[in-house]
Amino acid sequence: MLRFIVRRLLQLVLVAFALSVLLFAWLKSLPGGTVSAMLGERATAESRAALTKALGLDQPVPVQYWSFLKRALQGDFGVSNGVQPGTPALQVFTERFPATIELSFFALLIAVCLALPLGYLAARRRGGILDNASIVGSLVGVAVPVFFLAFLLKYWFAIKLGVMPVSGRQSIDATRVTGFFVLDGILTREWDASLNALKHLVLPSIALASIPFAMIFRITRASVLDVLDEDYVRTAQSKGLSHRVIRGRHVMRNALLPVITAIGLQTGALLGGAVLTETVFNLPGIGSALADGFFRRDYPVLQVIILAAAAVYVIVNLVVDILYAVVDPRVRTR
Amino acid sequence: MRKSTPVVLLSAAALTMSACAESERDSSGEGGGGSAGADSTFTFGAAGAPEVFDPFYASDGETFRVTRQMFEGLVEVKPGSAEIGPGLAESWEPSEDGKTWTFTLREGVKFTDGEEFNAEAVCANFERMADQNEAAQAGPAEYWSYSMEGFGDDSLYRSCEAKDPKTAVLTISRATSKFPAMLSLSAFAMQSPKALEEKNANDVKTQGEGFAYPENAQSPVGTGPYTLEKYDTANKTITLVRNEDYWGEKAKNAKIVFKIIPDESTRRQELEADSINGYDLPNPVDWKGLEDGGNAVEVRPAFNILYMGLNPEKNPKLKDLKVRQALSLAIDREGLVSSQLPEGAVAASQFMPDTVKGYNKDLQPTKQNVEEAKKLLKEAGAEGMELTFAYPSEVTRPYMPNPQKIHEALLTDLEEVGLKVEVVTKPWNGGYLDGVDNGQFDAWLLGWTGDYDSADNFIGTFFGNLKSNDFHTSVTDFGAELSKALKEADTTVDEAERTALYEELNKKIAEEYVPGLPISHSPPAIVVNEQVEGLVPSPLTAEEFSSVSVGGK
Repeated sequence: MLRFIVRRLLQLVLVAFALSVLLFAWLKSLPGGTVSAMLGERATAESRAALTKALGLDQPVPVQYWSFLKRALQGDFGVSNGVQPGTPALQVFTERFPATIELSFFALLIAVCLALPLGYLAARRRGGILDNASIVGSLVGVAVPVFFLAFLLKYWFAIKLGVMPVSGRQSIDATRVTGFFVLDGILTREWDASLNALKHLVLPSIALASIPFAMIFRITRASVLDVLDEDYVRTAQSKGLSHRVIRGRHVMRNALLPVITAIGLQTGALLGGAVLTETVFNLPGIGSALADGFFRRDYPVLQVIILAAAAVYVIVNLVVDILYAVVDPRVRTR
Repeated sequence: MRKSTPVVLLSAAALTMSACAESERDSSGEGGGGSAGADSTFTFGAAGAPEVFDPFYASDGETFRVTRQMFEGLVEVKPGSAEIGPGLAESWEPSEDGKTWTFTLREGVKFTDGEEFNAEAVCANFERMADQNEAAQAGPAEYWSYSMEGFGDDSLYRSCEAKDPKTAVLTISRATSKFPAMLSLSAFAMQSPKALEEKNANDVKTQGEGFAYPENAQSPVGTGPYTLEKYDTANKTITLVRNEDYWGEKAKNAKIVFKIIPDESTRRQELEADSINGYDLPNPVDWKGLEDGGNAVEVRPAFNILYMGLNPEKNPKLKDLKVRQALSLAIDREGLVSSQLPEGAVAASQFMPDTVKGYNKDLQPTKQNVEEAKKLLKEAGAEGMELTFAYPSEVTRPYMPNPQKIHEALLTDLEEVGLKVEVVTKPWNGGYLDGVDNGQFDAWLLGWTGDYDSADNFIGTFFGNLKSNDFHTSVTDFGAELSKALKEADTTVDEAERTALYEELNKKIAEEYVPGLPISHSPPAIVVNEQVEGLVPSPLTAEEFSSVSVGGK
C-alpha cells in the first residue's frame, strides 16, 4: 500500500514538472501579453521597452522558465498583475480556493444525494415512470450547458422572483476565519453570515450539479442493474434477508465501486464547470480567476491555478484509487 | 465506506436544503439600500479590482474611483466639468516664464493620521514622486513618467520649496500647457509624509511578471472625505468609512461599499435587484430599460475621441494625402453616430472634444462623399487599393461601446469606394494593442479618454513624439513639422496665444495632414437607482461620492 502511494506521489511530481514546462511554453506563445495588458492605450515604444525589461520578458524563454522554476520551488509564483494586482499569485489562489471548494462541495453534495437514491430506485424499477423520467432528466443534465442552466436559474430565481441573490458570495459583514464562508459562520457562531453565504451558493451549486448528477445517476443505475442480476443477490433474497440488508450490504456496497470512480472523476471535472458558474454568479473563486486571468493575461495567476488544478486532479485520482483498495480488497493484492 | 453513507449524505443534503429555505426568509437585509441619514451606505458596482490603494502607483479608472474618495490633490477638477479649480491649494500663480508656480495652501487641513497638511508635506510628496526606483519607473509610476515626461534630468519636475507653511513653490524645467492641470490627476494626490516614510512607500519590487508593493500601497493616508476600512479580497468588496475630521463639508453617507462585479450584465441585475445603488458605464442598449425601471442614467459630456488610425509605414499608399482624404470622405460619420453610438454621441471634426481649450469651432466633421472619394483615389492611382483594417474583440471602451458593429459600418463605407479591405480582429490584450504598437495594421480603430483639460493630452499624445507614435508620422512629409509645432504650442505661456496655436493646428491636422480619421465622441454614462441623490456626473468620469446621499424609498 505504502509503495503504491509513494509511486503515485512521484508520478504527481513528474506530472507537475512536465505540465509546468508545457504551460510556460504555451503561455509564452500566446499573442499579446502582460506588457500591453498593463499599459493599455497609453503604451509608447519607450514605456513598453522599459516594462518588458523590468519584468525580465526580454530574456530568452528558457531563461525565463528557469527563473520561474527556481522561484516556484521556493513557493514564489510571482505577483498577480491583472486579477488582483500586487498580490502574490499563490495568495490569490489560496484566497479564492475556498469559494471554489464550497461551490464544488455543495454541487457534488446535491449531485450525489440526488443521483445515488434515484439511480438505485430507477434500477429497481427498471422501465417504470421514475426510471424513464430520471433518464430524460440526466440526459438534459448532460446536454444543457452549465452556463445556460446558470443563466436560467439566475433569471428565474434571482431576477424574476427575487428570492435568491443575483451574485457574489456574501452580502453582510462577517468575520473571516478559514475563508470558507459557511464554515466561518459556524465557527464564529454568526449564523446569519453562514446562512447568507449558503443562500448565495444555492443557485450556482444547482447549476454546477447538473453534470455530475447526470453522470453519477447513470453509472449508479447501470451498476445497480448489474449487481441485481448477480447470483449472490438472488442467494441473499432466497435466504430471506431483509430488504434493507440486501440493499445496503449486498447491492449498494458492490454497486458503489464504479460510482466512486465516477465521483472522483467528476470532482476533477467540476473546475471546468466552475469557470462558467463562477463567472455567471460573480463568485470570486479560482474558476472566475482563471477566466479573468486569461482576459487580462495575468500569467502568474494562470500558472498557479492550472498547476494546482492539475495537482488536485492527480491527488483526487490517488484518493479514489486508495478508496478503491479499501472498499475492494482484491485491488490491493493485484 | 459504511452502508449508512448514503443516509448520512442525504441527511446532510436535507439539512443544507432546510438551511437554504430558512435563509430565503432572511432576504430583507440585503443590499445597499439602507435608510436615509447619517448611517447610510452607498453601494457601487465596480467593474474591476483596484490595482493598489496608493494612487501614485495606479493608472486605471477602477483604482482611481476608489482612491479619489480618500485623497485630494493640490488642484482638483471642478465637479461636473473638465476645468480645474482649487483643491488643497486655494490658488496658484505662475512666474512670467511659466517655470515657477507658487501655490497658496488651504489651512486647517489634516491627514487622517492626524499629521498636518502644509507646504513641507507638499514638498515631501513631490520629492517622493520624483525619487522612484528602477522598477517603479518602468511600470507603476506610469502617470508621472508620462505626464512629467520621465525622471531625473529628463523630467519636467525640477524642485519644490516650502517658503512658509502656507506657500509651496514648484519649479518645472520649461513652460507647458499641461501645468497645473496635470496636478488634478488622482495619481498626484497628497499623502501623509509620515505614512510615506513609515510604510516605505517607494519600495516597489518586481516579482515574477508583476510588481510587489510596500505596506503603504495597502493603506495610504490622505486628506479626503473617506478612509479605507477594509478590502475583503475573498468577497471582493472594498469598504470606505467617512472621515469625521474632514476639513470641508463632511460626506453624506457613513460608508461606501464597492462591490467588484466584472460582468456588465450582472452589474445591471444587481442594480435591478436593489443590492447595489449604481454602477459605471452601463451599456448604451440598456439605457432606456434602466430608466424605465426608475433608475437615473446620468450621461456625461463626452471627453473622448474615437478615431481610425492610419499607418503609412505599413502601407506606403497612405503617404499620399489624397488617399487619406479619400478615406475620410468615404466614411459616413453621421450615419455611424446615429446607428451605432449612444444618444448624445457626435461626429468628430478633430482629434479632441469641444470642451478642450484649443478646439477649433470652425471645423465641421467631413461629410461622406463617395464620388469625390473615388475621384481622389483615382487621381492618386490607388483605385481598388488593398487595406488591412483591424478592430479589437473582448473589449468595450467608453468611446467605442461595440467595436465590431462600428467596424462593420466603416467597412461597408470603405468597400463602397472600391477598397479591398482585409478584416483583422484580435483580442484587446491578446494581440490587438500589441499589433497597433508594432505597426501591424494599415488601419485600425482606437480612441482616447482625456486625463485633464489640455490639448496636449489629446493631439500632443497622438502626434507629439515624432520617433514613436501609433500614426507613424515620421515617414510622412508633415510629421516633423507637426511634432515641432505641437511642442511650440505646448510651451507657449500666454493662454490666449496658446489656444490660438492649437486651434490652427487642429485645422491643419484636419485639412492638410490627415494623419488619421477622427470619427466620434461618445458620452459615457453612469447609472444610479432612485434612492440616490446628489451625484454630479463628471466628463472625466471622476465623480466624487461624498456629495451623494442614499435615502429611503
